[in-house]
Amino acid sequence: MIITKQDIPNFLDSLKNNYQVFAPVKQDNYTMFKAITSGSDAILDYSNSKIPPKGILFPQTEELFSYKVDKQGAHLEEKIDSEQKVIFGIRPCDAKSIALLDNVFNNDKYEDPYYLTRRENTVLVGIGCNQPQSTCFCTSVEGGPFDTTNLDLLLVDIGDKYVVEVLTDKGKKVLTSAACSDASEADKQAAAKTKESATVVSKVNLDGLKQKLDSNFYDEIWDSISEKCIGCAACTYSCPTCHCFDIVDEAKDCDGCRVRNWDSCMFPEFTIHGSGHNPRPSGKERFRNRVMHKFKYFIDVNNATACVGCGRCIQNCPVNLDIREVLADIQGSEARSVS
Amino acid sequence: MADSPLIPFIATITDIVDETSDVKTFQMVFDDPAVMEAFNNKPGQVAQLSVFGTGEATISITSSPTRNGILEFSVKNVGQLTTALHQLEIGSKVGIRGPYGNHFPYHSMQGKDLLFIGGGIGLAPLRSLIDFVLDASNRDQYGKVTILYGARSMDDLCFKRDLFERWCRLPDTEVLTTIDRPEDAWTGHVGFVPAYLEEINPTPENKIAITCGPPIMIKFVLQALEKMGYTDEQVITTLELKMKCGIGKCGRCNIGDKFVCVDGPVFSLDQIKAMPPEY
Repeated sequence: MIITKQDIPNFLDSLKNNYQVFAPVKQDNYTMFKAITSGSDAILDYSNSKIPPKGILFPQTEELFSYKVDKQGAHLEEKIDSEQKVIFGIRPCDAKSIALLDNVFNNDKYEDPYYLTRRENTVLVGIGCNQPQSTCFCTSVEGGPFDTTNLDLLLVDIGDKYVVEVLTDKGKKVLTSAACSDASEADKQAAAKTKESATVVSKVNLDGLKQKLDSNFYDEIWDSISEKCIGCAACTYSCPTCHCFDIVDEAKDCDGCRVRNWDSCMFPEFTIHGSGHNPRPSGKERFRNRVMHKFKYFIDVNNATACVGCGRCIQNCPVNLDIREVLADIQGSEARSVS
Repeated sequence: MADSPLIPFIATITDIVDETSDVKTFQMVFDDPAVMEAFNNKPGQVAQLSVFGTGEATISITSSPTRNGILEFSVKNVGQLTTALHQLEIGSKVGIRGPYGNHFPYHSMQGKDLLFIGGGIGLAPLRSLIDFVLDASNRDQYGKVTILYGARSMDDLCFKRDLFERWCRLPDTEVLTTIDRPEDAWTGHVGFVPAYLEEINPTPENKIAITCGPPIMIKFVLQALEKMGYTDEQVITTLELKMKCGIGKCGRCNIGDKFVCVDGPVFSLDQIKAMPPEY
């Protein structure tokens, strides 16, 4: 199928009749995924958003329930968001990250209805990456600029129009709102050529990395590679696979709500006990835990690497700590030159 | 509407015992009896306690499941939530969700002598198993029960009623207590728990040792047990880490690839040795 770029605003506007529509928009010189009020708000020339769209399914701040409690009793009200949503323009790496988050929010024992209800009601319309950025390394972590994992539709940009790949029934349904035409043979060839010419230059070598991490917990390398880190947590807040959260009460006396907020393993408060004892007392232990979690612990538990190669942690780090160099150092090889 | 595992059930505080100057034991009963029926906790599990207006914290369930209809939590006043909890009164409403985590391997302990080694508030999680084993319905399935317990001072000894009026009077049950420094009114043993343990030198034969206490005590207790010939499989401990969700999602209670809230809190020494030392 084909949809022209000119028709995208109309497509998004018609989707808004049945869905809350999220799309990349410009905000303070950054690209962000926001709920749009008009189809023309969506921008189509963007690399990727500053913050991943995971927050649409797992908000940075969300109310779990409200309460009113006194000696007579208690009234609790659960807040589940079951609105139908479309995320338009999600990149394949971010769509893949949602598959990883699914493992967490639906683990062996417990389901998280807040995330899972949104997940079930959300349609992912991806746009492939014709020009991956210099910090992208998706092809090194089992992804790719046109990877279809988790997507319902994939749009391939061939100039003034998109070739649409319908991947699921959910995708098929939203496409009925679009003014589509059949793709010609030339369109299909153009899409194939576009996919071929998109190159991800940057690479990390994961061969044998897990085995190294299985045995290098006490290695001296953790002292040196963590030295530069200032523990600001920009990497975790901009990571599409990070899922750690805090739960706090926002209340006046016993009338209020319980809220969960994104939290970060890079903060000392994350693990400190009431007694003052901290199992991960310094930046070294916290940095090591983050790397281990992404490239070892998550594999041990979920059989998948918890990194999609989006490069946001590299772009957003204020001290230029580059995960590609960290992993190369761990591998014991020369740090690769970063383009 | 989906049932969120993060929503607590409402309970009422029905009794409060002042254990020490900074530890209280709260007895709680769910407002809806059906919730207690479904709660089905096992010795060694934990729960998330809510003080509405302040928040939540993970607290071990100190009562045995053989105590039908009630839950007890012994809480040391150390942080924000525990301070708020200490200010509550009988009749106050709280929230409870759980039970979370694994439990003491009470099936594989059957037929064995049990040696409990506790320090300070560390006796709280052990108490759920002690009372389970000593309950008339289970007692004949276990051998001799020895409880070695110490605290900094007489005032810091928790569960004095259990130690000196209840457990010590039961057949085939021995209670040994110690405090760190001498006090005029104290006629018992004086010294640290690990040293007392070495003094008593209990044989490892047909025995399981279960220990919980401050990290420094646990460290030396484990060394002492090893010296006495206990194998790693014979030594069980229960860990406490900062937790928020209790359901393996919020990420903070991991030790390596294990989440203490779902894979723990109870671990054998051989399991502990296989983990990074981040506890």
